[in-house]
Amino acid sequence: MAIESPELPPLVSLSGVRFAYGEREVLRGIDLSVHRGQVVAIMGGSGCGKTTLLRLIGGQLKASGGTVEVAGHDLAGLGNADLYALRRRMGMLFQFGALFTDMSVFDNVAFPLREHTDLPAGMVRDLVLMKLQAVGLRGAATLMPSELSGGMARRVALARAVALDPMLILYDEPFAGLDPISLGIIGQLIRRLNDALGASSVMVTHDVHESLGIVDYVYFVSEGRIVARGTPDEIRASADPFVHQFVNAEADGPVPFHYPAPAIAEQLGGGA
Amino acid sequence: MSGLANFLRRIGAMAVDGVWRLGFATRFLGLVLLYSGQSLRRLPLTIREIYFSGALSLLIILVSGLFVGLVLGLQGYDILQRFGSSDALGTMVALSLLRELGPVVAALLFASRAGSAVTAEIGLMKTTEQLKAMDMMAVNPIARVVAPRFWGGVISMPLLAAMFSAMGIFGGWLIGVVFIGVDDGAFWSQMQAAVDVRYDVMNGVIKSFVFGVAVSLIAVFEGYDCTPTAEGVSRAITRTVVSSALAILALDFVLTSFMFRGQ
Repeated sequence: MAIESPELPPLVSLSGVRFAYGEREVLRGIDLSVHRGQVVAIMGGSGCGKTTLLRLIGGQLKASGGTVEVAGHDLAGLGNADLYALRRRMGMLFQFGALFTDMSVFDNVAFPLREHTDLPAGMVRDLVLMKLQAVGLRGAATLMPSELSGGMARRVALARAVALDPMLILYDEPFAGLDPISLGIIGQLIRRLNDALGASSVMVTHDVHESLGIVDYVYFVSEGRIVARGTPDEIRASADPFVHQFVNAEADGPVPFHYPAPAIAEQLGGGA
Repeated sequence: MSGLANFLRRIGAMAVDGVWRLGFATRFLGLVLLYSGQSLRRLPLTIREIYFSGALSLLIILVSGLFVGLVLGLQGYDILQRFGSSDALGTMVALSLLRELGPVVAALLFASRAGSAVTAEIGLMKTTEQLKAMDMMAVNPIARVVAPRFWGGVISMPLLAAMFSAMGIFGGWLIGVVFIGVDDGAFWSQMQAAVDVRYDVMNGVIKSFVFGVAVSLIAVFEGYDCTPTAEGVSRAITRTVVSSALAILALDFVLTSFMFRGQ
């Protein structure tokens, strides 16, 4: 599916990455790499640190240990200006789109073009309409974000994220809160845009079935560590108890159903 | 005993917290000034904020100014005629407005009308990750969102205070001259003789500029610093209005004590 080129170094590579919010350690040594042209999913339960991982790749957070490299740059050593230069080649889709609510759909998609290029207005217009056409919302150009459904907002945000033809696209929970049709549309768009732009994508999600259908490689994160990895086929066939529980949505397994508590017999019946 | 210790501890914590926030706000002002060059080079961004903060506050400023002037006219006449100096009404109305009421009341109104709106807008942009999205698009949110709103407020404030004073003087004239019958010539000529451009007008303008900086900084800082939840935004708005009011009144005392010591 993807244009894999193993001779090139990976576009994103994390090695031994650790991160803590204050005392609470969220990531405890993560090794991960994204090759050019790949769509990679990072999966795990809520609160396992996968969004933190995405923020580290985007340079919004700094790792407290290990290295995060994007396109050959070690993010820890980048100043603000260099980080911004790198981010111009990245696009990010936020969980709920994060569209600018005081601008129309058109102006939202035009925003990165107007901020970072000196293109004449006519060309900006053509580019924006092309991006909106790609997500199927050219007809919605004049609407305001408040007039869009959740799925449409996500598609507009996707058009905005790819406005500058990025080399790397980051997705934070792209499927959260969508109906099955919108979910399928977003999934297909992620794959199609990645391949059409020759970009690479990293997607953080807990939607197993939708993502296994479109990605090239999957990492499972639990309690701050990578617990399993593989291609979608390997994941489906995996005998790993964690992967099995996750893929089959079982309530109990390595991730326990019960929050840690004393044995129920001790607590019931007045402790007698 | 433990009650007292707790009480003292709470007071201490509040003081430490207050100093922390003051420090953060000062650092934030530094950042805003640092990125102002970038943002002022794109003047339309700031002009848009002058429209939202300034032009849209005009109605409440003008109406309030008129009423304050009307009241000043009534009260001033009532007091001055006891001393047989009702001709000095123009002077009294003009000096009260230019030195104090114009800058102070306009700033209080501005804080509740425009300051709260700026806090709400920036706070909601933070809550809905719009600021983060901007940052990820390599656009600095302080340069793009915060600095234009800050300067929009700073530029609007003296203009609004001037409009407030002008409207107030008109209100005083309306009551004093048109309704009560104070001599028109005396009203204006006494005012003209008594009001000094540098001592009265300029000091008033300086006051409103300082209030503009204070209110705008508080508004953008509270918005940018708010907890990104519905409750956090609502608390930030409350803090903007309350802190602005306190800052305006306290600064007014300090400025007055330096400015007006009798010539």
